[in-house]
Amino acid sequence: MLAKRIIPCLDVKDGQTVKGTNFVNLRQAGDPVELGHAYSEQGADELVFLDITASHEGRKTFTDMVQRVAAEISIPFTVGGGIGELKDVERLLAAGADKVSINSAALRRPELIDEITSHFGSQVCVVAIDAHLDANGWTCYLNGGRIPTERGLFEWAREANDRGAGEILFTSMDHDGVKTGFAYEALHRLSEELTIPIIASGGAGAMEHFRDAFTLGHADASLAASVFHFGEIGIPQLKQYLKEENINVRL
Amino acid sequence: MKVAVVKYNAGNIYSVIHALKRMGVDPILSDDPDTLATADKVLFPGQGEASNAMQYLRRHRLDEVIRNLKQPILGICIGQQLMCRHSEEGNTDCLGIFDAEVKRFIPERHEDKVPHMGWNQLTEVSSPLFKGFSDNEFVYFVHSFYVPVCNQTIATTEYILPFSAALHHDNFYATQFHPEKSGSVGERILKNFLDL
Repeated sequence: MLAKRIIPCLDVKDGQTVKGTNFVNLRQAGDPVELGHAYSEQGADELVFLDITASHEGRKTFTDMVQRVAAEISIPFTVGGGIGELKDVERLLAAGADKVSINSAALRRPELIDEITSHFGSQVCVVAIDAHLDANGWTCYLNGGRIPTERGLFEWAREANDRGAGEILFTSMDHDGVKTGFAYEALHRLSEELTIPIIASGGAGAMEHFRDAFTLGHADASLAASVFHFGEIGIPQLKQYLKEENINVRL
Repeated sequence: MKVAVVKYNAGNIYSVIHALKRMGVDPILSDDPDTLATADKVLFPGQGEASNAMQYLRRHRLDEVIRNLKQPILGICIGQQLMCRHSEEGNTDCLGIFDAEVKRFIPERHEDKVPHMGWNQLTEVSSPLFKGFSDNEFVYFVHSFYVPVCNQTIATTEYILPFSAALHHDNFYATQFHPEKSGSVGERILKNFLDL
């Protein structure tokens, strides 16, 4: 049976891992390759590395890091952050990434999804969506959650699905960093409406939250950062717990 | 030991090279018939589309070279599919090493997503490739096409239906999953292959 996946996410700035609360107040949390390797040894199913550097030099540092990850780590990994066009995707896949995650660039120009999938296949294209629940429902945001758009979460996710995206990585901005659980209802609706896997992101604070992302949210994978980085939840204990809760995980 | 990796137009070949290097083996990436024929072990990895890959192999005469190899060879993912008789992907005649037809997954329920992507379990393992394995170990898959269970199947995985996770015929071995992305379990498979 296909296992539910546990994915630690590493935000990388100038070659170092950082994690914010509600997208601000960054804290240091170590060397990304070392941290990624440790997670792989502990049983993480995949890794996500997000480049949150804005500068050109930062991009180069990140590409070097991707090469190191590819050489040293034996599980699949996704990279994202600052991908604007097909040649960014080419550069990161050539450096050894298994998948790329695109966000603002896809909202600005949805054809990028078609371009990536026709060149490299659906499986490499993860569409990340940051959304906030406001008076109009779930609204998609650009630039790491700073700029609201006209697009709603469900209709944009459907379009990404239809354009050939391989997975949707949905982050609830309302839940991110707050550690009170994922956005289960929105996850469940995404899972009902789409034909591709959904990765739940934003809100993990306890092991029960991961269980609920799978049972209530029907997610295919759960992603978290700080609870893993600061050792609040260990991946081996989490997977043991999920197995006891009858969720199929890789042990 | 001289280990060669077949160089052709498929993606993700470098992940196999990295995995071998982590095990202390320095493989040669080559499309030269002599280099491939004289290697102790050959790997035929990759991700890609079947008809484009076969076209490239034929144009570079690598189809004959691969078919005539006498040492152990391990096909991975699209490598396994290309070693079969025919693929539904692009209605492609393939190498014909394994007597099997490659088919596209047809979802039966809403939960059946294609591609089959993620960690899934190996059952009914029966080959030196899986020496020291117990049933139900997890390996990493990414694919939309599969090889049905046949008499050359040496490991089975269940997704929508039971399919061939690995095949064996004479000196030819192949896996649908990616041992190079399957953590320590994958490393054991690569080591078992190098020990053949």
